[in-house]
Formats: sequence, C-alpha cells, structure tokens
Amino acid sequence: MLSRTADNLYWLSRYVERAEYLARILDATQRLTALPLAYVGASNEWETAVATAGCATAFFKTYDEANEENVTDFLAFSTANSSSIRNCFELARSNARSVRTALTTEMWDAINGTWLELKRYGNGSASREEFSRFLRWVQESSLRYDGSAYRTMLRNDAYWFSRLGVFLERADNTARILDVKYHLLLPDNERVGGPLDYFQWSSILRSVSALTAYHWVYRDSLKPWLVADLLILNEQMPRSLASCYVSLVEHLDNIAGAYGRQGPAQRQARGIRARLQNSRMDGIFQRGLHEFIGEFITENNDLGAAITQQFLI
Amino acid sequence: MVAAFDEMKGHDGDVRPVYGELSRWLKEVPADVLDYRRREAELLFRRIGITFAVYGEADAQERLIPFDVIPRIMSGAEWRFLEKGLVQRVKALNLFIKDIYGARDILRAGVVPDDLVFRNPAFRPEMSGHSVPHDIYVHVAGIDIVRVDADTFYVLEDNARTPSGVSYMLENREIMMRLFPELFARHRIAPVENYPDELLATLKSVAPAPSGRDPTVVLLTPGVFNSAYYEHSFLADKLGVELVEGRDLFVKDEFVYMRTTQGPRQVDVIYRRIDDDFIDPLTFRPDSALGVAGLMSAYQSGNVTMANAVGTGIADDKAVYSFMPAIVKFYLGEEPLLKNVPTWRCREPEHLAYVLEHLHELVVKEVHGSGGYGMLIGPTASKIAIEQFRAKLKTAPKNFIAQPTLALSTCPTCVQQGVAPRHVDLRPFVLTGRDRTRIVPGGLTRVALKEGSLVVNSSQGGGTKDTWVLDG
Repeated sequence: MLSRTADNLYWLSRYVERAEYLARILDATQRLTALPLAYVGASNEWETAVATAGCATAFFKTYDEANEENVTDFLAFSTANSSSIRNCFELARSNARSVRTALTTEMWDAINGTWLELKRYGNGSASREEFSRFLRWVQESSLRYDGSAYRTMLRNDAYWFSRLGVFLERADNTARILDVKYHLLLPDNERVGGPLDYFQWSSILRSVSALTAYHWVYRDSLKPWLVADLLILNEQMPRSLASCYVSLVEHLDNIAGAYGRQGPAQRQARGIRARLQNSRMDGIFQRGLHEFIGEFITENNDLGAAITQQFLI
Repeated sequence: MVAAFDEMKGHDGDVRPVYGELSRWLKEVPADVLDYRRREAELLFRRIGITFAVYGEADAQERLIPFDVIPRIMSGAEWRFLEKGLVQRVKALNLFIKDIYGARDILRAGVVPDDLVFRNPAFRPEMSGHSVPHDIYVHVAGIDIVRVDADTFYVLEDNARTPSGVSYMLENREIMMRLFPELFARHRIAPVENYPDELLATLKSVAPAPSGRDPTVVLLTPGVFNSAYYEHSFLADKLGVELVEGRDLFVKDEFVYMRTTQGPRQVDVIYRRIDDDFIDPLTFRPDSALGVAGLMSAYQSGNVTMANAVGTGIADDKAVYSFMPAIVKFYLGEEPLLKNVPTWRCREPEHLAYVLEHLHELVVKEVHGSGGYGMLIGPTASKIAIEQFRAKLKTAPKNFIAQPTLALSTCPTCVQQGVAPRHVDLRPFVLTGRDRTRIVPGGLTRVALKEGSLVVNSSQGGGTKDTWVLDG
C-alpha cells in the first residue's frame, strides 16, 4: 500500500486514541479536585493534568496559572494547543478524508460524525455537567471509531498500521501518567490506608479505566506497587505497557509476514516486549521506577521513528 | 425558433415507442409517490456523495449536482448509430493529435491552419517528435452530444483532456435500480456498471512495452481540495488501483515509482486527473506542488504511459472543433457520421462580419472556455450584454466561435409543478485501448433544470439523469 495511506491510517488512530486519553485525564482530575482538600492534599491537580498530557511548556506560554478553567480550555478546546481534543479530532478527520477509500464506511461515519458533532460543543462548556457529558462523548466517540475499525476492516496491512497507531499512542499515554505520578507508587511512600494517596491511586487507575479491573485482578485493596504492576507488567490489562507491546509485536509480525521481510521496527518492538516480559516489579523498583519509565518513553518514541522510517515515508 | 424535439413525444406529441412503457408508468404512478421517490433519491445521493466528498462542509449542499429520477431513454438502434459515430470521431482525434506532434501532414496539406495549432495555449511543444506508447493519445474521451430531431445528433464539443462525470453515470444507475426496481423489470436496459472494468482493461492495455508482469496502474489526483476529488477516489476504489498524489510518486533513472510500505514500486500507467500545466514542475509550471519532478522525462523515454497523453487539450479547442469534419475525412477518408454544429470562426473576417450582424440569434463561445462560462446566448441575452460581447469580439475575434442556437431535445423531468420537458444533452465516454475501443451503452445525461434554459452545465444549475439504452 501507499506509504502516505499507511501514514494517514496510523496517525488517524493515534489522534483518536490521544483524544480519548485527554478526556480520561480531565475526567480523573475533575473527580480528584472535587474532593475536600483533606483527602487529596494541597497539590495542584490541574497542573499535574497538564504535565500528564505532556504539554506543560506550551501551556505556560499561554497561561500563567493552571486552574480548572485554563486547563480544561487548553486540553479540550484550544486551537492553539496542537494536541487538544478538538485538534486531535480535526487532525484525525483530515487524515481520514485523504484516505477515504482505505476506510470502511463505518469508520468514516464514526470519525466524520464525531467531527461534525464537535462543532456543536463550540468553544467550551457552560457548566461542569455539560463538560462531563462532553468528556463521556469523547470517550464514546473513540470507542465507536475503534470498534468500527475492529469489526469492519479487512485484516491486512491497512488494519495493522492503524492498530500500530493505537498501541504506540496508548503505551505512550500510560507511560506519561506513570512518569508524572511515579512518586505516589514508590513502596517507601506506603502508608496503607492513608486517604490522601488512596484517592490519588484510584485516580491513576481511573485515568486508564482500570479501577474495576484492579479489583478483579488482585482482589486486594489499593496498593501502589500493585497499581504499578497492573499498568506496567500485567498483560491482561489492555492499557498496560506490556499489553501494548504484545499487540505491537503481533501487528508488526503480521506486516513482516505479509511483506516477507523483517526490519528494525520488528526487532526493536520485540526487544522492548522481551524486557517487559522478563521484568518483575521489585526489580524495577530497585533500579528506579522513574528511570525505568523515562527509558520506556524514549524507547517507545524510537519505535515510532523506526516504524515511520521503515514504512511510512 | 421551432419547438424542441421531445425525447418522449417527438415533435407531434405521440409517445415514441421507446418511451411507451415509461409513459404508461408515469401515468400510473401517483404524483406523491413520484415526489417521495424523488426526495428519497436526493437523500441517497446526498449520503453517497457526502460519504465520499464534502460531507459537513459549509458548501456541501451547493456542491451536490441535482439528480432527476425520470430516465432518458434511447433505443438500441439509436445507440448503435451513435456508437459508430463516436468510434469514428475518437479514432480521428487520436490520429490528429499523433499527427500534429509528429509528421504534421494535416498542416502541410493545409486542412487545418498552422497558427491554430502552434499558437494554441493547449499545444505542448514538449511532445513534438516524441511518440507515446501504442500511439494512443486520447484514452478516455467525453464527447458531448445534443439532439435536435429524431434523426439528427450533433457533437457539441470534444473533451479529450480529462473528461469528468462518469461517476455520476454509475451512481445514477445505482440509485435508480434501488428506487425503481419495477421500472427495471419492465425494460431491458443495457448495463453500465462494467465501466470501471473496461477502463482498467483499457489502461492496462496501453502499458509501455511488456515487462512480463501485470502492469501497475495508478490514478493521479491533485488531492482532496480538487472539486472532482470525489470522482477520483470513487474511481480508484472501483478500479482497485492506488489513488496517488504527486508526492507519492518519484522518478529515478527515467522510471516512475510510488512510495509504498514495501519500498518503491514501479508504475506503468498513470491515469492522471491533473492538467498538463501541473504535471511536472521541471517542464511546465515550476510553482506546481501537485506534480512529479522528472515525470515528463520518464514519459519521453517511453517508460510510463499517461492517460490521457500530454497535449491532448488541443482537441478541446472550439476552433479546432470546427475543423473536425475535415479532420475525419483527412485521416479516415470517410464522411463523418456525427455532425458538427455549424460553426463560425470569428478569426476569419467574413465569419466575424456575419457573427457581428447576427449576435442576437447566435451562441458565442470562447475557444478555450468550458463549463458554460463566458458564453453569450443571443436570443435570451439583454441588449447591454450583447453590446458588451460585441466589443469583446472586436478586440479579440480569434478567441471566439459562434453557432446557431440549437433547439436541444427535451426530456420529461420532475419539476416543482410536476413533470415538464427540460433540455438535455449526453456525454458518452469513449475508451481507447491498444486492443480495441470500448464504450458502455449510455453516458451521462445532463439536464437544464430551469425552464427554457439551454445550459446544462452543473455550474450553471444543471442536473443529471440516468441514461437507458434499451435492448433491440
């Protein structure tokens, strides 16, 4: 297939995934800030949200203060922020439009419908209630797009490239949450039962929609090292780093099989997956959680570059 | 002006046999049912058109071409006559273009004046002395035809550059079959849905010298911002070929490649929907970001086929058109089967004098114009418009031709007040391959929706109809 087509499919999926992730962060932050101070401490959760979205520098160029109004505007509606939810959907749709024939009708309807509806939300929301509705709608739109891709696309390279976009972006997002909140997950931070951290942990889980999953997997109250285990190493958890890499390797292998050729992207992905599969949480804590996450983010970016280099240009 | 010939009722009001079934059906079907189907068709069309092209854009509604549910019908005999004439005309067109970029016999024989060719903006000197694969220049031609009575068809213009509209021909049929299955059961209608197959076969047949592998065909589009992008993506989809933009292609060692996820892949045939001007910034417009640098040199080396060939626009020129009967005779030694509309070339003083005296009864067109822009329809124009045109004509007579105002045939059409006759034309698509010429029966019927209007162009409020060629 045309490199440009593959590139468009890949970015289309990345942008939709990113929009959903931003909605989750905003949702989790809104919940956290709604709690009395005694439960969450005096940290500025809105500033954390901007950091987790990976756009702190850009944010503080426009705003002096990270408060609810500024952050929701910047992450959700701003046209100045290239990665706002609005821009993600705009970019997703323009990618979709230029590869219209590579999409199924259902996918096009999903992404085009989302883009049309986005206009109705205008430049922000009057009330919190309305904003919550907006966030739910963003997540539902992403599910609809993802579901239509999953259920209607032919299982060929077009599908695999669009999946690569999803999992690369998802791995990056999960890693970013961990990068910003890693200190809460360190074992020496353990003050079991302390309400302060409990809500922080549940907020982390919520931002990757894993709160219920946690209880099903561990059948235990929230423990920071288990939260870290779930998000990093647990292959059952669809947003964990390990799970993303199982899928990345699978789809890269599919491509290699169809093309009859392996390349740097396949080797790199397999290397990262092997490292995740061979790691244990205590080992990661020993070598330093923060360093581990930092390295992962870099390697994940390198894989993105390798995929682009090998297939998309 | 005499009353126009009606496709259904002729001149005398008796229903012509080919319309018998439809006429009965029109009488049976209650007005509200017809109206309901009409709206349903519009909805379907909008959804399909939308899905492909401009859904959600502010001007989406304006950009949809109105569709009329009452078909235009031709008998098998009528069609066979047209088909013969089309094959003959396109054959002559191909020979003419080959000649003017090659031996130039026709210029030496004085049949067509030199300056009409050499001073024509659509003439491409870059093509002189170069042959193209299999000597075929016009792979896809759209010949616009009008009818004035039961036996007389005229060619109104030849489109040898990049004729568009075939996606409407295909979709009109698709929608009609969905909405009116009972009408299809009552007629034997020749299918058109094989057009993409015929086009692909044509394109593959003209690949450069055989390389042993299946030729790679691509459709080159200017991109999503082009108004015909919808048709490009529609056709690429139906053909099963890649829809490429200039940046997807590159030229290396005089061969053309496309960038794919599996590395460079050689391209053999480019069905291009980009004008000559934009195709290669190294040869034509240097500011073009739509084309492919070096494409012309690969083309001149004979390593890639472009359909249509570069430089075919010369045949779209309306002054060249006026020589078509002579061109057909010159190359084929036959009388042209399809007539030309009598044409006055304003470049010739006697013609100009006649035109200036009869402006109020003539249609005056720019020789390079298209899309119904920049023309004067004498009988309906205001005095001021006529005087303005007279001044333009005197300043640059070479730019204009004039023709009598034809009474284009009419066809029953759904309008606000019910069903009424409206003027129509017909654009059949003629495919020329190495092996043979292919024409799917029918074409795109365009209809002037405004009462009395003779301008069928979509940019001027025209619509389209499904075109039926009946068996037998």
